[in-house]
Amino acid sequence: MTSNLVHIGCGAGFAGDRKDAGGPIVDTLATRNGPKYLIFETLAERTLALAQKQKRKDPAKGYSPFLEAYVRPVLERCLEHGIRIVSNFGAANPVGGAQKILEIASELGCRTPRVAVVSGDDLLTVMDEAEIRAHRTIEGLPIGDGIFAANTYIGARPIAEALAGGADIVVVGRTTDPALVLGPLIHEFGWAEDDWDALAAGTLAGHLLECGAQVTGAYFADPGFKDVPDLAHVGFPVASITSDGAIKVTKADKTGGAVSPASVKEQILYEMHDPSAYLTADVVLDITAVSVSAEAENVVAVSGAKGKPRPDTLKTTVSFDGGWLGEAEISYAGPNALARAELARDVIRERCMESGSNAEYRFDIIGLSSTFDGGGGAYPDRVTPAPDGDFRVRAAVSCHSREVAEDLADEVLSLYCSGPAGGGGFRRNITAQIHTASILVDRNRLTPSVSYCGAEV
Amino acid sequence: MTIVLDTVRLKLHDIAHGRSGDKGNRSNISVIPYCAEAYPLLLEQVTEAKVLELFAHKGASAVKRYELPNLPALNFVIDDALEGGVNSTLNLDLHGKTLSFMLLAIPVEVPLERVAEFTDGRRG
Repeated sequence: MTSNLVHIGCGAGFAGDRKDAGGPIVDTLATRNGPKYLIFETLAERTLALAQKQKRKDPAKGYSPFLEAYVRPVLERCLEHGIRIVSNFGAANPVGGAQKILEIASELGCRTPRVAVVSGDDLLTVMDEAEIRAHRTIEGLPIGDGIFAANTYIGARPIAEALAGGADIVVVGRTTDPALVLGPLIHEFGWAEDDWDALAAGTLAGHLLECGAQVTGAYFADPGFKDVPDLAHVGFPVASITSDGAIKVTKADKTGGAVSPASVKEQILYEMHDPSAYLTADVVLDITAVSVSAEAENVVAVSGAKGKPRPDTLKTTVSFDGGWLGEAEISYAGPNALARAELARDVIRERCMESGSNAEYRFDIIGLSSTFDGGGGAYPDRVTPAPDGDFRVRAAVSCHSREVAEDLADEVLSLYCSGPAGGGGFRRNITAQIHTASILVDRNRLTPSVSYCGAEV
Repeated sequence: MTIVLDTVRLKLHDIAHGRSGDKGNRSNISVIPYCAEAYPLLLEQVTEAKVLELFAHKGASAVKRYELPNLPALNFVIDDALEGGVNSTLNLDLHGKTLSFMLLAIPVEVPLERVAEFTDGRRG
């Protein structure tokens, strides 16, 4: 029954990704022979922390708010064509997410799927706060007060187990992103726990797919330098992988975007630190011997991943309360706009300093320099602005009390009548901050488990 | 004395592309030549010291350059480049996603006779 080629498409690369990306992937996979999978990667570090907060308010919630938007349009056709769905959209509540999928199936009137739930990533269920705090953080900074989430990046084995148990859909919470791809490959090919090179190839395939269209021309386009056709309808990626770890990356049929050696190289190195040691729960991936070549239009072959034994520890993200972020902006444009913007910035800064608050402030002039600056205003020395341009003054503060954040925004607002000439377009944004720290936990402390709901085998 | 104009100053962006990612207060930025033949020039001119100097105003404390001759590409890992990282930075760009283009803005000296070759392959 085993096929030597597995097809895996990715319908979302982050929590807020396109809701209509899955359709063309399902159309494409339906034409392929062999095992087929559709994954959605929807969990950033903060996304899961927010989901934990949501679950506390309402125990039925806490799965990805986009779960329904991703699943509803494709569920019926996935079931019809034997395309199995694997996703971490379970977030803080995989059981709730699975129930929601059964509800959607029932509303659509399609056959009842067998849904697997992978649990066991929540460190707070097996370790108390004091023990968590006793770990040194990877960042070297202390864990603050008010821990409200601690989820561990578990590996691909439980996903493979769920698929062996006949799941049409596997709902996971926190797992390594590449595990969404590696899990199906372990299931299909029976890769052993110490088949490091195979696990490395599967992890690399996962790394290529996990960010969605970042490998198919999105987050890549640079007009005149890296032109990408029809970015508005960029196709999401589909990879085919063989049992010996050869990867071919392409994109959904009849879509925009482009898959090239250049786009694939950018994604290989995305969020990669030491290329000889990309740590995951299942294997340490070494990409130093990886090579990339164009096979055909929009088809790129990737080979040469090497693996080393997996670490004894698993990474855990600890989330805790982080105070408040206050931001406010106002615009100046036209003749002498830069001088008016600088005056506005100086007025707000002076008044903030006089307020007696010891919070940390930052001021930017968007259009002159903002993201490239370090907060000290040094970057503008490197740019030559147009004095009559279109500038936006931004003030930001990080603080413990909401009041200080509101005060800053009010100072910027007051520029309407009390600041330089011609200020307009005021906006404010006050956000409760979540801080995170990473710790390494003995992998034996967590015992992931799989349960099922919906159809029996 | 005669001045020989045998090189031309371009932006790194003219001969290479890249992407930045974040982990904590570390940024990583890939630098990938459009033309593989330009890789030795990148090795020579896009050094750890130069990148550290470029990010000094953000508080960068160390730069490690990883070399990937197979791709070919360079991968820079810049410690303390993100003003505290996504947790505590007041930078509008929490993740430093725009920073690859700060690196791509640095000048490189390209031999005149190789400009066409090194800039070929763009758009593709």
